[in-house]
Amino acid sequence: MAEKINIDVKKVAELARLEFTGDELKVFSVQFQAILEYISQIDELELDNVEPMASPLPGPQRLRPDTLETDVSLTHGTTQEMAVSNAPKSKDGFFVVPKVIEQ
Amino acid sequence: MKLYELSIKEIAELYRKGETTPGQVVDGLLRRIEQLNPKLNAFLSVDREHIADQVQNAERMLKRHDASPLCGIPIAVKDIFATNGIRTTCASKILENFIPPYDATVIKKLKAAGVVIIGKTNMDEFAMGSSTETSYFGPTRNPWSPDTVPGGSSGGSASAVASDMAFGALGTDTGGSIRQPAALCGIVGLKPTYGRVSRYGMIAFASSLDQGGTMTKTVYDSALLLETIAGFDPKDSTSADRPVEPFTNLLSSGLNNVAIGVPEEYFIEGMDGDVQRAVTQAIDTMKKLGAKIVKISLPHTKYAVAVYYILASSEASSNLARYDGVRYGYRSEQAQNLIDMYKNTRAQGFGREVKRRIMLGTFALSAGYYSAFYGKAQKARRLITDDFNNAFSTCDIILAPTSPTPAFKLGSKLDDPLKMYLSDIFTIPLNLAGLPGVSVPCGFTDSGLPVGMQLIGKQFDERTILNAAHAYEREMQWFKKKPEIH
Repeated sequence: MAEKINIDVKKVAELARLEFTGDELKVFSVQFQAILEYISQIDELELDNVEPMASPLPGPQRLRPDTLETDVSLTHGTTQEMAVSNAPKSKDGFFVVPKVIEQ
Repeated sequence: MKLYELSIKEIAELYRKGETTPGQVVDGLLRRIEQLNPKLNAFLSVDREHIADQVQNAERMLKRHDASPLCGIPIAVKDIFATNGIRTTCASKILENFIPPYDATVIKKLKAAGVVIIGKTNMDEFAMGSSTETSYFGPTRNPWSPDTVPGGSSGGSASAVASDMAFGALGTDTGGSIRQPAALCGIVGLKPTYGRVSRYGMIAFASSLDQGGTMTKTVYDSALLLETIAGFDPKDSTSADRPVEPFTNLLSSGLNNVAIGVPEEYFIEGMDGDVQRAVTQAIDTMKKLGAKIVKISLPHTKYAVAVYYILASSEASSNLARYDGVRYGYRSEQAQNLIDMYKNTRAQGFGREVKRRIMLGTFALSAGYYSAFYGKAQKARRLITDDFNNAFSTCDIILAPTSPTPAFKLGSKLDDPLKMYLSDIFTIPLNLAGLPGVSVPCGFTDSGLPVGMQLIGKQFDERTILNAAHAYEREMQWFKKKPEIH
């Protein structure tokens, strides 16, 4: 079993673009530690000469030709209006976000 | 016998004899949903306008002689599949108001067959859970005992089919999310081979494990639904280019010369006594039906849950990065800059379990830990897959319990994530290896809760497991027993 790993939960949250209140963080850290201890049991395995497996399907993933799709039944006839129809904020067919570049 | 109690096959026969119509069947079902759904919370939405259109369409199609056997059959769909113009939430606040402008490939196929989509079903948020308790819209209940969970994550679909609110349903299975709720609700749940059914339009959780499948009252109905939804899809880069077999025509009743492997690692200490008894009796029944029972070993089973949680969480942390409050879904209004908008949106939009898994995955993929966790888990995945390959040199099918326990009480595992994760100990290994598996009812506990057994097949050999499940079902007919819902 691996020695106790000290995880910087706040840093992981920052990477994941998540935020926790102080209380949430406390509960979470305890659960996280228990889960990590459990998953660390894979350390018992001899894995040096094992090929990693990314997918149950053999070989590389299939690629399709990168061509313009003009068949409306395949593009669902997507329009700019449809593309922004679920956006929380849009204007003139564009997504609106908080200001990114300061002048 | 009420119409809603029948199977898909039986309803399809009545349509052909002119003894009932999709309109009548759907009306009866809508009344039942009105009566039962407030108690069970299996459906998140039932769109009457769309239903009326689909019924009309099905009645027109049925007049033709080549109508699909699924024409006019009301089917429920897990709220993880994109449905054009119908709200699709994944049971998350972050997608509470999401209305897809397109259909998932499987939905397109169902519509082409004339299926009536009767409603969208509840689930664990983003399919992360084993009890349907992590839904933003409240838990679903098990029709066999309303203070117990229906299993998860496809618990809404399982509860709807078990309570005769739908003739069948679509679910998805990343670590057992079709098979475990099917077992806990006493119905048939089929997770096909990875790649068999298109994932296009199925909201992603863990892309190398996710697979859509069927939840039905009988094995025949699962075979029928699989025939319809399976097949190559150029829009899914992991879709397998394999011919779809006529699974229903291939169902025979004999088990002669079929070798069934029973893995010693799946009969563990701590397993529920009633589950063990029911599955042991099912093994005897299989023997009686002509199968040869062989002992097998899957030595890396005990690492499967650990491997799964590393890989599934890692893939989830990457897949769920798309929920940023920009293009669709919930956006927090309390932010001055972009980074705060992301953080607030995700902190408010995701539930606890989803955040837990994103955190675990982000950690397992982060600099300094990648090879110790994600890298090792990918290698261990190979060992688990090799176990199955070795076992299949001596048997055609593997038989095991679907879940170590019957339905558990609501709330009993919610605060202990690790305990909840272990509910999937028998279902997870298949997803890692990409194998097909079907859970079939195999009896009841002393307190009257359903028990399921799992038949596991070789890649793309759904035919053999469906045959065996069908033979067993014909012998035992557990599906005839229905829950009494008060």
